[in-house]
Amino acid sequence: MSGCYINGIATITAQPTTDPNNFLEDVIAFDEVIFRATDPDYKAYIKPSAMRRMSKSVKMGVTTSKIALASSCIEMPDAIITGTGMGCKQDSEKFLEKILHNDEQFLTPTLFIQSTHNTVGGQIALGLGCKAYNVTYVQGAVSFETSIIDAHLMLSESPEKNILVGGIDEIAKNSTLLHTLDGHIKNKNINVLDLLDSNSKGTVCSEGATFVVLGSERKENSLAKIVDIETKNAATPDEIKKDIEKFIDRQGLSINDIDAIVLGNNGDIDFDHYYKNLQNSIFSEKEQLCYKHVIGEYHTASAVGFWIASKIFETNKVPSVLKVNNISAQNHKNILLYNQYRAKNHSIALLQRC
Amino acid sequence: MAELREELKEKIIEQLSLEDIEIGEIGDDDPLFGDGLGLDSIDALELIVLLEKDYGIKLKDPKEGKAIFESVGVMADYISKHRTK
Repeated sequence: MSGCYINGIATITAQPTTDPNNFLEDVIAFDEVIFRATDPDYKAYIKPSAMRRMSKSVKMGVTTSKIALASSCIEMPDAIITGTGMGCKQDSEKFLEKILHNDEQFLTPTLFIQSTHNTVGGQIALGLGCKAYNVTYVQGAVSFETSIIDAHLMLSESPEKNILVGGIDEIAKNSTLLHTLDGHIKNKNINVLDLLDSNSKGTVCSEGATFVVLGSERKENSLAKIVDIETKNAATPDEIKKDIEKFIDRQGLSINDIDAIVLGNNGDIDFDHYYKNLQNSIFSEKEQLCYKHVIGEYHTASAVGFWIASKIFETNKVPSVLKVNNISAQNHKNILLYNQYRAKNHSIALLQRC
Repeated sequence: MAELREELKEKIIEQLSLEDIEIGEIGDDDPLFGDGLGLDSIDALELIVLLEKDYGIKLKDPKEGKAIFESVGVMADYISKHRTK
């Protein structure tokens, strides 16, 4: 594959991750199973007149895209590609509530316009005046990764382009409640920092947005190279292990060359064995990092793994809260990411220091 | 009429999510669009729905809205003359 460099990155999560001086050193220990993103000062990034119609996901998406673009020194991207598992749920719910409340009459345009999955990509384009390629992928837990693959393909055809890629998902009252009722979210509050040892069904639910600016050439401000990325809809734990071995082999590398693995464990006793199968075998002697006990689970939470790897390359620091074993890499050149959600939508990505 | 104007200001702030604006900041004769409150075409559609839903006024020609939505004062006049609820 052609070069694919992360030249700018930003994330909003439940933790104060927009603070450039706090790489998960001071974390909030939530005592709930549903917790919202920590809001930056949105007014510093979005005009009040534009913000008044924006739901949380739009505000998070527009803000992180602006921070990522600024950090990459790119004013106008050549494409905007977004991924979201569930889209703008808050406005979708409000729109549906109005349909019920008003007996299917008097429907106003704003909520309808703002309730589609591509609202965030559209609002970013409107704000920038960007009329370039603008696509949104809705692929469950590989929505962000699918967006990256699309950008990767575009860069292989048009290496001169700078592409803005993001993943966004938000909490909404009713749909989140449904996930509590169906057991996808734990039924008892816990200290989220103990999530990985919770030994119970379901996980915790949160929200966030992560944006990267990708280019085909390494620049002074490049944070990481995305060497390769692969997604798979369904597989057994052993198939995933074999897929990862093949994936690494395909890069001309071996397990020995991997310095750390960033895993998407979310404390669900029914599905964390996908990660444990790797942690206890081919990666048992490698530094293992997890992050969903800090930022929670949502369909595009895996994008935070890209942010963590990039920050490790940038700062040469590994936040202690992420470490789940006693092994520390001497230096970090190759970081492998693996994520899945409820045994579906598996993603494997290799990020390299550049 | 003063009561209707205050009611309209409250509804406009709520319906159009003008979170940073207080009722007292909207003058009766301030233009709603352009240099005044800075409303746009989507807001105009919201106001058309508001007239129908809350006052039973159905605008036959959306172009009528341009004159009716000039200011809160003009809106209140129009509503008091044409309201069916």
